[in-house]
Order: sequence, then structure tokens, then C-alpha cells
Amino acid sequence: MKLHEYISKRIFAEYGVAIPKGEVATTPTEAKQIAEDLGGRVVVKAQILVGGRGKAGGIHLAESPAEATEHAFDILGMEIKGLPVRKVLIDEAADIKSEIYLGITNDRAARKPVMMASASGGVDIEEVAQKTPEKIIKVHIDPLMGLQNYQARDLAAGIDLPRDLWRGFGKIACGLWKVYLESDATLAEINPLVITAENRLLAVDGKMVLDDNALFRHPDLAEMRDLDLEEEAEIKARENGLSYIKLDGDIGCMVNGAGLAMTTMDIIKLFGGEPANFLDIGGGASAKKVASALRIILSDPSVKAVLFNIFGGITRCDLVAQGILDALKGIDTEVPMVVRLVGTNAKEGRQLLANAEMETAETLADAARKAVAAAVPA
Amino acid sequence: MSILVNKNTRLLVQGITGREGLFHTEQMAAYGTNIVAGVTPGKGGAWVLGGKVPVFDSVRMAREATGANTSVIFVPSRFAADAIFEAADAGIELIIAITEGVPVQDMMRVRNYLDQKNVRLVGPNCPGILTPGEAKVGIIPGNIAIPGNVGVVSRSGTLTYEVLYALKNLDMGVSTCVGIGGDPVNGTNFIDTLRLFEVDSQTEKVVLIGEIGGSDEEEAATFIASQMSKPVAAFIAGQTAPPGKRMGHAGAIVQGGTGLAEDKIRALEEVGVKVAKHPEEIPSLL
Repeated sequence: MKLHEYISKRIFAEYGVAIPKGEVATTPTEAKQIAEDLGGRVVVKAQILVGGRGKAGGIHLAESPAEATEHAFDILGMEIKGLPVRKVLIDEAADIKSEIYLGITNDRAARKPVMMASASGGVDIEEVAQKTPEKIIKVHIDPLMGLQNYQARDLAAGIDLPRDLWRGFGKIACGLWKVYLESDATLAEINPLVITAENRLLAVDGKMVLDDNALFRHPDLAEMRDLDLEEEAEIKARENGLSYIKLDGDIGCMVNGAGLAMTTMDIIKLFGGEPANFLDIGGGASAKKVASALRIILSDPSVKAVLFNIFGGITRCDLVAQGILDALKGIDTEVPMVVRLVGTNAKEGRQLLANAEMETAETLADAARKAVAAAVPA
Repeated sequence: MSILVNKNTRLLVQGITGREGLFHTEQMAAYGTNIVAGVTPGKGGAWVLGGKVPVFDSVRMAREATGANTSVIFVPSRFAADAIFEAADAGIELIIAITEGVPVQDMMRVRNYLDQKNVRLVGPNCPGILTPGEAKVGIIPGNIAIPGNVGVVSRSGTLTYEVLYALKNLDMGVSTCVGIGGDPVNGTNFIDTLRLFEVDSQTEKVVLIGEIGGSDEEEAATFIASQMSKPVAAFIAGQTAPPGKRMGHAGAIVQGGTGLAEDKIRALEEVGVKVAKHPEEIPSLL
């Protein structure tokens, strides 16, 4: 789960990281008031959870409250990469001498957190990593020990930070480590961390991504989820305990198990079709669960056929078949469906479906072929 | 032989009185797995499975009383790290964590701690281990595999069952099937399992089932090229998965251009591994 810039920076500030003075506005009038209160030059920044907002015109410098009002008016009416801007952050403009990068994330291969710093701040760090990886200095942190002071010094020295700033940098690095640790973040990043004309370190922009699996420990942060970022169907699926991701194709799929769900998408493509979604209904497959999953799949108007692919292990296929039939009683649809049941009691399950005149398949390849054919109008 | 679990396994179930734990304990016992104890803190002194399996308050007590050497974990995700630490500190040699949804920072602490000890972890977020005809530890349906010479290692659950079932339909048996789980940070990985299969006398060939995310499959390819004499066939799920989205499993995500299915397939094919276009093709590649 991603957090907005203003929320991330407020969290950083709680851990001793200096951030610019600023407030969030949802209307141009509020923006004007904030700019007046701050006095002087301000930056008006779209609060949106996609990258590249600067290039899209979502960040503007304003010399006066009147200018800030205008920018807020423009930005609050914008859509950036399909997402509406509902909030702007009005920050005191910093007098920037130079920009550095400081971030912490999970290094999956090393199975440890990694803290990274670069003297090339303010730009897309993934681009720096690809083009000039030598400009990124990394230290791996032992998750049982935490960040050590010498590691922060190594980072400071590695990016040629002036020695008089090492102490301040160390405090920020420790603060960021604690943010990461205590929020269960998978990313906590300050980009840029600027050196101001007064020779102070200031976190001008911030970004955090939280581990969805750890949100139970952070109910306060979980409430800050921005639903604009997600498809309505994906939100509904999560509420129903289903894992659903919308794709661009026209063959809906309902599968038990994530790996098998991906495989089902792949095999639809292999046989010339395009999957409309990823959907894992998990264990069980009761009529209620099948029904809510089917409603979510059919809420996508581009779906021309639905493929059920259920492996009955401990779950019996005849019960799953009955679940599908029960679910279909409550749903009015003309969309053709192909059901593949395999595993425990598959024969009985297929018989139940055949009696109800549903198209069934035995193998995965056969099911994909039938679903692809069903999606093409006769 | 076979690997990791067999008829000498003395199994302990952590979370044995929970709904999932109890259900799968019954299934494992019905398969013939030797279940010697259960642990649920606060329920020590109880018995389950019709009075056949004693429940203890702690893993240490259970191990001391019953000589358990392997633990399977069914506790909820928020307690999973604690359960793994407890089993490791109590001297359990093999820990199999079925639990899904364990916070990744918990798993990083667990992994870095276990790496300093002589303990093997399989999972979390995995279906467990099945040695057909000997022991079933976890949730893999016992009826979909027969004993044989194919070793199976996988990051997935039902996809693995598909493959086991396809093998069984052609009378091809399995030495051991190991589900290593779909989390970004886990215990035993592909290489660890391949190494065990390579020296196992029963295993003659291996099926590797991977998916998008991370670089475990690429590392496995390097290992196969330099240290495996037994043939390996593979399948990689997620060729049509969009980048930046987690496909159900916490670890199944293409990030910053890494973790792509096509890269994994290429890495494996380059070292002579036959990669199936779909799972039903796997038996014909062996």
C-alpha cells in the first residue's frame, strides 16, 4: 500500500527528519490561506500516487499567494495518468544548494533491508540504478541488529557528503531506518534530500510503501489507503476475500490458487486468446464465494467468455460444481462459460455440470481452447 | 530414500487446535504420517484425534516428551514468526510453515536468525512436503501422487497439484514433492532442494515449477548447469502477468524489470532445462 507524499513526510518528521513547513489543501481558497500563512515562495504539489507528476505539470513554484491559488486551481482540476488530483500540498519553497537521494527497501535476494544513498538526487532512482549504478552506494542492514552508525557514515562518505553534514545525515538515516522498521514499510525514500543554502538537510519529497501483510499492526496507516489508485472491482474483490486483478483481454477466469490462476491466464494466451483478469478464489469455493467472484468478473463489460479452472484437492469437485450451479441461479447472464474440474471427484462434478448443459473440459489445454472459441462471436 | 520427510518423521503440529490445524492434522494422520504431538499455548494437557495426539503448551515441552524432530506450522500469520523462532530454539531440525501472509520484515528476521543455526525452514505460504506412501506434512492432497522417481519442487500450491496429478495419470511416481512457497523471503529455496534431489538415490529426474518475481529460478539455472547431473524439466507461471502487480502470492511480482517469466525461461533453457509451455506438457518432457 502506497502512502501520499504529505503523509510520508509527516511520518518522517515524527522520527526527527526535517521537512519543509506546509499544509494540504483541497480547494484553491485553502491553498491561498496556507500560502499566506507560510509567507514568501511556496511549491504547489499534486498529491497523487503515480510517478512522473512533475513532468505532467503537477508541481509548480509560486512567488505569491495569488500565484499559489492559480496553480492550486489548475492542479486540482487535473488528471495524472488517469487519476484525479484531489489534494495539493503547499510547502515552503526551499533554497536548494544540492540534492541527494536516501532510501531504504527490501533486498529480496539478500533477504535483508538495504539502505541506498546517491549524490544524484531528485531524479528517478531506478534510472540512476540502470544507467550509472556506481553512483548508488548501498549498505545491507542486519534485520536483527538494525542500522549501525558506521553504516550511515559509510553512506555519507560514499556520496562525498561534506563532513560537517555527516552528523545530521546520520540522524536522518537512523530516523528513516526506524520509520521503515516501525511502519513495516517495504520502501521509505527521501528524494530529494536537499542541502539548503543555509547548509541544512531537508526532506523535500518523501515516499512510502507499506507491506499489506503487516497492516494489521498499523490500523492507523491502513486507514490511509487511497482507493483512487485501485479498480473498483479490485476493491470489491478484496472485501470479499478474493484476489482479483483486471487485465485487458476478454476471457474472464476463475481459478483456485495463485500459481494456477497465472497459469490459466498464460494458457489462454498460448491458445490465441487474451485473459480479462487474474482471479484466485482461494480454498473451498462455496456457492457464495463463486457467486461474488462471478459478479466481479462479469462487471467487466469486455468479458466475452468465462473459464473456471478448479483443482479439487481436499476440496471435492462435485461440491465445487454444485457451488457453481447454485451461484449461477442468482446471476442473469448470456456470457458463455467453460468449466474445467480436475482432481478429487472430478467425474461426478463434470456430470453435474453436463446435466445442467454447461460446457466442461478435462484438460487445461482443452479448456483454454474451448474458452477461446467461445469468446469469438459465431 | 526420498528427501526431508519420510516414515521416520516424528511430526509436531503448531496450531493443532485451530480450525485449519485440526482439519489437516486429521488428513495427515489418515495418510499415515507419524504425528507425535501438537502445540497450542494455553491448551497443554488436551488430546486430539480421539485421544491419540497430546497437546502441549510449548514446543520445548512437546519435543522433550515425544522426541518430535519436525514441526508443521498452521498458526495465523501474526504469530507465525514467533512460532518459527520457538521451534528453532526448541531444537526442531525441520520446520515447515504453511501460514500465508507473514509480514516480510518478520521473515527477514527469521531467515537471518535461522541462518546462524542448524535448522531448515520450508515456507512460509507453502503447501508443505509430500513423500508419497510415507509422509504428508502440510496440505498437499495425498491421493494425487504415487511413489516413484520424480522429484518435484515448486513455489506454488494448486499448480503443483496439477503437475502431480498429470504425472499420476501417466503412472509416473514422485520421490518427494516440496512446496517452497510464494513469499519474497522464505526458507529453503530451489537450489537447496535441487541439491537434496541430486544426492537422493530414489530421485532420477526433477520437475521445477517457478513463477514471476525475484531471481531464484535464474540462480537455480546456474546451479543446474554446474552441479546437477540429473535431468530437470520446468514450468514458469506468469508470462501474461502485468508488471508492478502482485499476482496473489506476495513474491509474484515483476519489479523494475526483474522477475520476468521470459528471463527465467531463457535462463533455464540456456542450461539445457526443458521448459513446458503448459503444465500438462511436463510429463512428456521427462
